[in-house]
Amino acid sequence: MKERKGKLKYIRYVLIYLMLIIFIMPFYLMVINSFKTTQQFVTNPFALPEKIGFGNYVNAFNKMNFLQAIGNSVVITVISIILILLTSSMAAYFLVRHPWKINKVIFAILVASMIVPFQAIMIPLVSIYGSLNLMNSKWVLIFMYMGFGQAFAIFIFHGFIKNIPGEMEESALIDGCNKIRLFFRIVFPLLKPVLVTVLILDVLWIWNDYLLPSLILLSPAERTLPLSTYNFFNTYSVDYAPLMAGIVLTIIPILVVYLFSQKYIIEGVVQGAIK
Amino acid sequence: MNGNRKLLNKIGSFVLFMGPSLFAFTCVLLIPLVYGIYLTFTDYSPIKMSYEFVGINNFKAVFSDKEFWQQFGKTLKYVLYSTIFCNILAFLLAFLLTGNIKGRDFLRAGFFTPNLIGGIVLGYIWKFLFSNVVTKLGEILDYQFLKTSFLTHPERAIVSMIIVTVWQYAGYLMIIYIAGFVSIPQDVDEAAEIDGATGFRRLWHITMPLMVPSFIICFFIIISRGFMTYDLNLALTNGQPYGSTRLAAMHIYQKAFQANEYGIGQAEAIIFFVTVAIVAVTQVLLTKRFEVEA
Repeated sequence: MKERKGKLKYIRYVLIYLMLIIFIMPFYLMVINSFKTTQQFVTNPFALPEKIGFGNYVNAFNKMNFLQAIGNSVVITVISIILILLTSSMAAYFLVRHPWKINKVIFAILVASMIVPFQAIMIPLVSIYGSLNLMNSKWVLIFMYMGFGQAFAIFIFHGFIKNIPGEMEESALIDGCNKIRLFFRIVFPLLKPVLVTVLILDVLWIWNDYLLPSLILLSPAERTLPLSTYNFFNTYSVDYAPLMAGIVLTIIPILVVYLFSQKYIIEGVVQGAIK
Repeated sequence: MNGNRKLLNKIGSFVLFMGPSLFAFTCVLLIPLVYGIYLTFTDYSPIKMSYEFVGINNFKAVFSDKEFWQQFGKTLKYVLYSTIFCNILAFLLAFLLTGNIKGRDFLRAGFFTPNLIGGIVLGYIWKFLFSNVVTKLGEILDYQFLKTSFLTHPERAIVSMIIVTVWQYAGYLMIIYIAGFVSIPQDVDEAAEIDGATGFRRLWHITMPLMVPSFIICFFIIISRGFMTYDLNLALTNGQPYGSTRLAAMHIYQKAFQANEYGIGQAEAIIFFVTVAIVAVTQVLLTKRFEVEA
């Protein structure tokens, strides 16, 4: 019996590591081939590179306007998320603490809106903002993310704030604290665990989003990282090698962040899904 | 007088706390949604100066558009297979990764990695793999099936989409299943073991029913994401070969922004929306019937 259990355990390890190897094989192949010439890559994509040169990387870095693209991505992601976190937590707090009829209706509309796929909004969105001449601006895009991010964030904050007793806030109000200060001094710090959840899910969404920015940001100078990757591939599709370096460059920033915060990221995904 | 001030106070704090949030939500979601429904009854196009009310003509056009329904059918097939295989793989991974296993956190993090990366980049990675690496493997192994790229074959190109989708989301769903496994009360399982239930029977009669909430979430996630797939589709196959992998989301995009048929495109988008909603809600209601209390 014991021997059988030991054997089973052994099989389990072999199985799981085999699967992991298959899973991360694509990344490994990208990295080794990003150091080769196109010719070497086509002849044998499995061989290790003969020498490590960064020519492909320099090439990709320049052609993608990497610094500009990553700068745009950072600005858009960071500002959108700050705005989402501030406005949705305030709204959720108000909805919980003031159970008026209208607030219940608003909350129901917000929750229901989560099922609307982006494709149902995209055409009117482009036609409205296009005719108002509001295209091609990061700030308009940030405003859109702020709008699209509300429903989910409010839903998560609402569920959390419901379980916070209101006595502390009442005594602060009696002491003459105004409502905004009360919110930021007392309530906001308590939200930390859910703030992290919403933050992580929104980073993964906004940082990697392609469709919305591709509709709004039309000029090359405004391109985010996914847009610049797409453009790079469509313009230089003949010469493979720098493209692979471009992919590795695009992945590196998020992998570095992941390395330091994987625990929070995985926990955030679980929390976001369960609620 | 006092009542008036109280009301003003209430309105003031409503605007302060809810104003920015509701303003953005209304401007980017509510108004476009309502305006979008109006658009389906017009022949609006950005290249024309004026547009007219055309009644239900757009919907008629959509219903007689064979290509749209073909691609819609393909999308349903893609979502169905992705859902099945992704959940099987994710459940298996979660099962193997629960309990005492060395390097557990490292393994979980490894399987989750594809979810950090956007569909555009994932699509390009796999485009290389399918067209250069897999075909090379076919040559080395002298295996005819792998020698021609999946991406040039109308029947198999959609399989490549399913493979990448399963690879991408398996780690995501795995994490949700692991959370489900962990939340199963130990004593129920132990009691069954003492009563002499074997491993497989325990899994089938105890674990599975208690995992129903996780199944609901995982099915919902992959179904809704599957329907909306666009980036991956664009980067991996771009609808090729011969339009055989043009999924519904891409069809709507091209109808609107390449053919400039906003009205028809939006009518398709509304039909699409209703379908997604029906499938998602039916799925949740169906799976809920299997739910039990621990």
